[in-house]
Order: sequence, then structure tokens, then C-alpha cells
Amino acid sequence: MEALYLLIPLSVILVFVALWIFFRASDDGQFDDLVGPALRILQDDDNPRSDTK
Amino acid sequence: MPHTKPLNDAEAAPCYHCGQPLPAVVDHAAWTVNIAGAAHTMCCPGCAAVAQTIVDLGQESYYRDRTAYAASAEGAQQLPPELQLYDNADPRFALDEDSRESTFTVEGIRCAACVWLIEQRLARLPGVDSAQLNVATERLYVRWQQDRCQPGDILGALHTIGYSAYPYDVDRHADQQRRASKTLGRQLFVAGLSMMQVMMYVAPSYLAAGDGTLDSDMASLLRWASLLLTLPAILYSALPFWRGAWGGLRARTLGMDVPVALGIAAAFGASVIATFTGQGDVWFDSVTMFIFLLLCSRYLELRARRKAGAALERLQHALPASASLLENYPASSAATIVRAAALAVDNIIVIKAGEAVAADSVIIEGRTSLDLSLLSGESAPVPKNVGDAIPGGAINAGSMIIARVTRKAQDSTLSDLIKLINRAGGEKPRISLWADRVAAYFVAGLLLFALAAFGFWFWLDGSAVRAWPIAIAVLVVSCPCALSLATPTALAAATDQLLRQGVLVTGPQTLETLYRTTHIVLDKTGTLTWGRPVLQNIHELGAMRADFCLQVAATLEAGSAHPLARAIMNAAHEAGRENWSAATLTETAGCGLEGTVHNRRYRLGSAQFVAGIAGLPPPREHADGVTPVYLGVEGQWLACFHLHDGLRPDAQDTVDYFRKAGKTVVLVSGDDDVLARRVGDQLGIETTVGGYLPADKLNFVQQLQRRGCVVAMIGDGINDAAVLGAADVSFAMGSGAALAQAHADAVLLNGRLGAVADSARTAERTMQIIRQNLGWAMLYNVTAIPAAAIGLLNPWLSGVGMAASSAVVVLNALRLRRKT
Repeated sequence: MEALYLLIPLSVILVFVALWIFFRASDDGQFDDLVGPALRILQDDDNPRSDTK
Repeated sequence: MPHTKPLNDAEAAPCYHCGQPLPAVVDHAAWTVNIAGAAHTMCCPGCAAVAQTIVDLGQESYYRDRTAYAASAEGAQQLPPELQLYDNADPRFALDEDSRESTFTVEGIRCAACVWLIEQRLARLPGVDSAQLNVATERLYVRWQQDRCQPGDILGALHTIGYSAYPYDVDRHADQQRRASKTLGRQLFVAGLSMMQVMMYVAPSYLAAGDGTLDSDMASLLRWASLLLTLPAILYSALPFWRGAWGGLRARTLGMDVPVALGIAAAFGASVIATFTGQGDVWFDSVTMFIFLLLCSRYLELRARRKAGAALERLQHALPASASLLENYPASSAATIVRAAALAVDNIIVIKAGEAVAADSVIIEGRTSLDLSLLSGESAPVPKNVGDAIPGGAINAGSMIIARVTRKAQDSTLSDLIKLINRAGGEKPRISLWADRVAAYFVAGLLLFALAAFGFWFWLDGSAVRAWPIAIAVLVVSCPCALSLATPTALAAATDQLLRQGVLVTGPQTLETLYRTTHIVLDKTGTLTWGRPVLQNIHELGAMRADFCLQVAATLEAGSAHPLARAIMNAAHEAGRENWSAATLTETAGCGLEGTVHNRRYRLGSAQFVAGIAGLPPPREHADGVTPVYLGVEGQWLACFHLHDGLRPDAQDTVDYFRKAGKTVVLVSGDDDVLARRVGDQLGIETTVGGYLPADKLNFVQQLQRRGCVVAMIGDGINDAAVLGAADVSFAMGSGAALAQAHADAVLLNGRLGAVADSARTAERTMQIIRQNLGWAMLYNVTAIPAAAIGLLNPWLSGVGMAASSAVVVLNALRLRRKT
């Protein structure tokens, strides 16, 4: 029971950390294209003749 | 709060630059400029910036020498300096000598109430002739008089009520849209996260309610945790509501955001007090949930608006930004890339396969096929040859062509189209204006009602324990947004759907009126028929076979633009006949052509003309309504081509559709009675009148209107302009330059008559959906508000109801975009 007095404040901090991570990811363009990366992974880019980087 | 300054002091020292009294609140540090060694305070950042500029330029003597304060533009006080750069001299705004017009992008439109607010504010601005905001595209169209108003004033007026606007720019607009939806997405996420976490902390108090198993220390800790987690939702996610409510209050109008903001503030405030004192209920869960759900419906609305504007957006992007200019054509074919806006008439441009045509032009080299789907809704590529006009915005789907520009990019067909559409989306139909007015009263009534409900319960209980949540529930449950959204969303979706089908709706009342129409009046030539002759058959008169006659005729006509010549050439082309070469061609105006093919001299044209070399009297054989064209060679008649204005293939279906729908179909024609009647009978039209001049047609339509009929007129746009203007709702068959002049409420871009029936179908569905939406909004509010007032709904349930009712309206409207 007493552990809750530590855990609840911790969970509040955790939520703020999650928000911070979300904002950083959003600023970096993580959510700008939610479809493309899933398609891109299917393409072979290790073909030696292709000039993809 | 910046330093405040006593008022009497302010009166003593006015703004050093413009002489206006200093406002009570002055930010000394920012608005002070050091002029000739002494610090002077300005009334606003604008004056400070100007004064600083003057000082920086070394022109401090201006202040010493001046005899009067600097002129100040009204509304410029609060205006960011960069907005003051726009003035009437900017050629972008020119309309004619006295008037200026422009399209602005407006940031921060949240819901239908914003539209009302912006238009009302601008209508009060002196010198503004008209201001129309297109909600679907967030674009504001303003026309103003140049001697009484500056663009800066308009932007300033918008600024004071909390919106920022910029002259419209495609790239900037797209960028803004992306940013707006990204911000809303983040706000939604934050609200969702905080809602879920708060729910976790609130759950124990609900589960242990009443049985005393939750000790007070733990309960207090949980409340504090909830409070902390509600803060991001209040401070970040609820920003759109705070801004909306504040902007509305500043303009002394009650926006839709006012009750929402009040509801959130009341619930949050009471909960914070309860947390501090440790007594009373907390509603952190309801607050976060309400914010989350409301943002969900806002997000949905934003998406719906974007979707509705999608067809328009594609049009905007269709005109390419650059073009390949051939400067030394034909000497050199080296192309330089120039801005499309810099193209001048008679420039030679090259359009490669897959590129878009930058401006209206004429092909001078090469043949190709063009994809006109954006301009006309026509999906199959259209073949184009040397000498054909190609509209800007068309996509070259064939091979490379070289073309001469005939109109500048900003005057191109597509630009005209876009202007028409922008204006179309801006004007509002009556039903929408009505809903807006009702919604404004609704909000005022609602606030009073919430107050009354609070008063009543407070009087009944003697405490605010029950009265407070009930007042919150009343504020939150009402949904004026559903009322205001009902019509615009449906109309935007319908207009978009029609544009995809090649119908450009330009009038605000078009769909509404079309639905009420009792009489459909059709023009014959150019509407029911092609409006140009089609080769019907060939009568052999001499020894030559019909297909050879056709080939000779097509060869002679090859360079002619006459409609009859076109018909013969098209027929030859369809028959797969290649042209030979003709020599010594001469054209006699109004008679025909003479030329030599394979060393024989032919004449093609009227009977008299051909008789000039054929020698014999012309054989008389032709039916009514058929134009004969004769071909003869020296001493002999060869053939008679029967040309006749054919019915459009979808004429029958269109007439049938309207007859089945119970409307009276009338055919009014300028041709003689017999001809008109034949077409009328063929299509099964009851009333056919012929021999009408444009004035008679106008008279006919007005007579029908006097009898109380609602008349829809379908004509070819140019000849029938007067009748089209007089009819209650009008459709013009049109394309190209004629578009801009068309006075019709709707233009059939692809020249497909059947599109009128499609529009009627869409109009019917649209009105149905608008009625459903309005009905639903009414029903919801009429039941939900009293229910909340008598305490049946608690705040969280009200939040669900409000968000759901908005979502229902938007989703219902989106059904219109589905293909039937």
C-alpha cells in the first residue's frame, strides 16, 4: 500500500516523459508519413546494381 | 503583464510618431525608440518599427522638421509590420480602376462560426464591397475600393479578431494546412494520453465510492495526480477552444466555442478548488474526455473539409510553376526553364510527354493527345494536331509538342476556372445563412439557459453541489456546431463530387433551386444537338465512288476552319482516308472552294457555285434540316454530302430522367417550328416551340416564372446568356474562354448533357442530407439540453453526446462523395 505513494508520482512523471518523447518524435517527422516506410521496407535496396544509397 | 502607466500620463505624452494617445498598457522596453539622443515611447510596435527604420536610415531630422504627426492607418496598430507591406499598388490585387480584389488564405478557421465572424467583421470595414470565405478551402475572397481601403486594413481587421491571413499562395497554403493538421493531431494525442491516465487515477475513487475503503490520504494523492495530468490537456489540447472563445468575445459575438470554453473552465476550476480544499467532487476525467472527444470531431471535420476541397486543390496544382521556353525558335531548339508567370503571349514553349501545359497555347509542331480530365472531367485523352488550341493545365499524354502561347498563365482557362470555383464556394445559399443566424441566437440562449438551470438548482438545494455539474452539462451537451456544420459540409461534398463529374457549380443556390425546379427548358442547337454539323450520308451523283468523293472533299477542305469543312474532314478521318495534296486552292467566301487534285479541277460548295463548272442544273434532292454540300468536276456532278446537326447521344436519357422525375420538359429553339418539333417529337418532349429569338426565349421563361414555376434553363452559354441569367437555375454547355463570361449557375465542363441529370440527382441527395442533418441537430439539442437541465446527464455523458452529434453530421455529409 505504501508503495503507491512512490508509484503514483512516478507514473505521473512517466506520462510527462512519454509526452516529451512524443513531441520530439513528432518534430522529427516521425508521423509525417505513416504509410511509406511500410512499403519501402519491401523494396530490395541491397541490389548491387541499383544506385540507392 | 508589462509595466502599466497611469492614464493621465499617457494623455500628456502621445505616441511620438503618430500622435495617438498611448494605450494604458505600454511595453516600454519594446516600443521605445532613441531619437536624437532622447528616448520616445510609441503607441504600438508598428510605430516603433517605423520610427526605428527612420532613425536607422539617418533621417532623424524628419522628427525635427515635421509640422504634423505621421499619418496612421486605422487598424494598423496591432498589425505585424510584415502585413503592412501589402498595399493597393501591388499588381496582384488589380481588378479595374477603382476596385481591387484578392484571395487570402486564412489561418485558424475552427468551425462554421468563424466564417460568420470573419464575414461580419469585414462587411463593417469601410471600402470593402464583398467578402466571402470558402470554408472548404480556407480561402477568403475580398473585393474593395482602392481609395478607401488598403489590403493592410483587411489583414489588420482579421488580426484583431484573432485570425491571420496572407495573400493566397499555393505553396504557403499547402504548408499551412499541413501544419494545422499536424498541430491538431498532436493536441489530440496529448488529450487522449491524459484522458487515459486520468481515468486510471479516478477509477479507485469510483470503485471504492461510499464504502470508505479508500483512505483520505490516498484519495487526495490520486486527485493531485489527476490534476497534474489534466494540465497538459487544458494548457495545450484545449488551446483551439480558448482561442476561439476569446476571439469571438473580442469581436463581441458569441462563437460556438464560448459555451465549450465555459464548460471546460467551470468543470476544471471547480475540480481544482475541490482538490485544494479536499471537499467536493472532481471532474478531471470528464474534462479530459470532453476535450479529447471534441478534438476528435474537430479532426474529423478538418479531414472532411480537406477532402471536400481535394478536387479544387488538384486544379490549383495543375498549372505548372515553370515552362520550357524556346527563345530562338526555330533557329535553335535549346530550351530554357522560366517561371510560368513570366511567359508572354507569342512565346514558344516546348511541352514534353507527361508535362502539363503552362498556359493556353496553340500547337505549332507535333501531334499528341492531351489528358483534359482536370479541366473537363473527360477521362479519355483527346487527340490534338497542329493548329489546335490547348488549354493551360492539360497534361501532355502523347509525344513532345511545340506550342505558341496565346494567353498569359494567369489568364489561362484554368485560372478562370479556379476564380469561378473560388467565388462559387464563397457565396452561401439561403439555407446556410439561416442556419448561421439561428446558431448565433442559439448560443446566446444557451448561456442564459445554463445560468437559469444553475439558479434553479441552487435555489432548490441551497448549495452548488448539484447545480454546478448540471450547469456544466448544459453548456457541454449543446451542439450549435452541428447546426452550423449541417449545410456547408454537405454542400462542399456535393460540389466536389459534381466537379469530379465535370459539372462546375458556380452559383450558391444552384443545388437548392435545382431540387425545387418544376420546368426544364432546353435549347436545341448546341444543347440537345451537337451544335455542329455531322456528315449523315453521301449521295453519288456521278461516276466516282462515294469514299473517293469524300477523300477529294477532305483534301480540298484540309486548311479550312468552317464547321461544314470540319464535319467532312472528321468523317474522312473516321473512314481512315488520308488526305492527298491539293494545288491552286481558292476559297470564295460564302460559296465554296476550288482546287486541283491529281490534275483535275474540283469545286466543293453550294449548288450554284459547283454548277459554275459542272455546267448542268443542280439536282434538287434534300430533306429539311439537312445542309447539302456538292462536289463537282468540270462538266460533271460527283456527289452531294448531307450534313446535319445530330442529337447528342445522352439527350434521350436526360429528357427521360426529368420526365420520370415529374418535371415539365420544354424545348425552345431559335430554329423554325418544323425542325424544332421534329427533334421534340423524337425525344418525346411535350412542349416544343420554335422560331424564338433570344428576346422571345427570355419572355417565355419570364412568363413561366410569373405563373409560379421554377425554371431551369440549359443552353450553350454564349447565345443564351440573357435567358440563362433570367432562369432560376441555369446550366451552360461550355469550355474554354467562354467559361469566364458564362452567366450560368453551373457549367458543364465536358459538354455532356447527361451531367445535368447527374446534377439533379446529386441535388436531390444533397437536400435530403441537409434536411437530415438539420433535423438531427434540432432533435439532438431539443432532447439533450432539457435532459441535462433536469440532471439526467452528468458532464461526461454530455461530452460524449456533443462530440457524437457533430461527428454524425460530418459523416453524413461525407456520404455525398460516394459514387452513386
